[in-house]
Amino acid sequence: MNEDDVDRIDRNRRHFLTVATAVTGVVGVGFAAIPFLSSLKPSARAQALGAPVEVPIGSLQPGEMIRVLWRGRLVFVLRRSEEMLARLPESLADLRDPDSEVIEQQPDYTANETRSVNPEFLVVEGSCTHLGCAPLEDFEVRPAENWGGGFFCPCHGSKFDLAGRVYKGVPAPTNLRVPPHRFVRDDLILIGQDTGAA
Amino acid sequence: MARIEAEVGKPQGGFMKWIDDRFPFTETMKYHATEYYASKNFNWWYIFGVLAFVVLAIQLVTGIFLTMNYKPAAAEAFASVEYIMRDVEWGWLIRYMHSTGASFFFIVVYLHMFRAMLYGSYKKPRELIWIIGMMIFFVLMAEGFAGYLLPWGQMSYWGAQVIISLFGAIPGIGEGLVEIIRGDYSISDITLNRFFALHVIVLPLALIGLVFVHIVALHEVGSNNPDGVELKEQKGADGVPLDGIAFHPYHTSKDLVGIIVFLMIFSSVVFFAPDMGGYFLEHANFEPANLTATPEHIAPVWYFTPFYAILRAVPDKLWGFILFVLAVLLPVFLPWLDRARVKSIRYRGWIYKSALAIFVVTFLVLGWLGTMPAEDIYVLAARIFSAIYFAFFLLMPYYTTIDKTKPVPDRVVYHG
Repeated sequence: MNEDDVDRIDRNRRHFLTVATAVTGVVGVGFAAIPFLSSLKPSARAQALGAPVEVPIGSLQPGEMIRVLWRGRLVFVLRRSEEMLARLPESLADLRDPDSEVIEQQPDYTANETRSVNPEFLVVEGSCTHLGCAPLEDFEVRPAENWGGGFFCPCHGSKFDLAGRVYKGVPAPTNLRVPPHRFVRDDLILIGQDTGAA
Repeated sequence: MARIEAEVGKPQGGFMKWIDDRFPFTETMKYHATEYYASKNFNWWYIFGVLAFVVLAIQLVTGIFLTMNYKPAAAEAFASVEYIMRDVEWGWLIRYMHSTGASFFFIVVYLHMFRAMLYGSYKKPRELIWIIGMMIFFVLMAEGFAGYLLPWGQMSYWGAQVIISLFGAIPGIGEGLVEIIRGDYSISDITLNRFFALHVIVLPLALIGLVFVHIVALHEVGSNNPDGVELKEQKGADGVPLDGIAFHPYHTSKDLVGIIVFLMIFSSVVFFAPDMGGYFLEHANFEPANLTATPEHIAPVWYFTPFYAILRAVPDKLWGFILFVLAVLLPVFLPWLDRARVKSIRYRGWIYKSALAIFVVTFLVLGWLGTMPAEDIYVLAARIFSAIYFAFFLLMPYYTTIDKTKPVPDRVVYHG
């Protein structure tokens, strides 16, 4: 390359072509990455296995709780007795979020005093909002320990009341999550699907 | 420099100097790219090395994503491939890229090897590059073979049955060797499991290692060119070969065009003909492996068929195996079989030119014969062309000696 050649190089044009090629390449790689990243999402099979589950509750007695799995996640269905329901308002001052104001933790239709569609039936995910352990149920009232019954997480000691509301002063930041659900019949709950409003 | 640093009180040279003091980054980039000089008269035959690298990258990425959904178990393998094809988002694309990539790997590598034969790239001082390249080819064959068992289709199973049985022909140790390869008394779940380990860990690691060594050896000696002229013998005052231009940015930007054209062809096959009429994905393989019924017509995938035709041409189990192995190994000795004083086809005589042309036709015909049933006329043809295949290599020391060559210029030449 001699002096004349150097003078003839249009550096602006060369710069433009370099940038244009690089940008086109990045866009191309971006599009090519979509199938690979999408393939990591839940597959059609995983989605099918994640379909809503029906939970028959006809034989559930007041004060009894059953565990079911929805999308591999533990869900508690508790039939609260009259007495349990009556205790709900007692400890409001000790709760971090008594009015269910954290909107991610429940569908709109359960952001009420009992966190439920039908006050008798509590449906919450059995997954502590701290680090995901399964809380234990402990419905026995022990006034001496200031315990009105509810859920206790054995991993790091978080406590929740009979509406899945978290107590103050424990590691869990929010109330137990209420999954979307609806009553198909009085004795049958469908977990994983709702009609938007119940 | 150290004195200046002491005076100013902070390091000079910025981030790159910080790195370079600890890792030879700039030096490596210069050595392998910006100051690696390759001939300015490369033609398109020289694109296939870069393309092989591109296909390797495609195979590694798609392969990793396939392992995320594939199950290496006889009871689940076939269904998991169907699962990838139907239920995993874009799974069909990733799998077809991988299966098409396997065939394109061989297309590109065969053309890469043919380039070496055209321009004598295996000749001194590049013998070791050629031998490492042949080792890459062997690992690639093993990789393709192991990978073909994984979908656990009819052809996977019976193809593996035939090829693994080949090793049984070795006198004395054959049967024991076959048992060790299979890890069982027949091809089973255990075999599939170990072939998976070979396909996704052992062989790819070997492949990457060999490719690295292949390139290190190449950059030590320097690339050949269509004239077979040694660039390093004609250097300018600055020590740069007169006919060389830097690999980056000159060859890389030209190679980018080749890569784009390659990807266009590759995508056309992936999207419109992923089974390539039964050559890239054999139709019998869309059925799950059935241990009680062999498909009517067994043929390996196309890239093994030239050697398979040679195997079948021999009416003796042991000799068939020996000639098969010999046919695969013979090219390794090309640097010493070829006695011509010139490298490039441009300066060779009519004898080598004809021999190479006949060899290409022979290789293609053998490839075709390997896909055909083993019936009279095809077997006879396979015997004739097998003889030509071996004659090309074994007679080479003779005919390359008597061939009349033209004088090689000192500098590379432009044609047209």
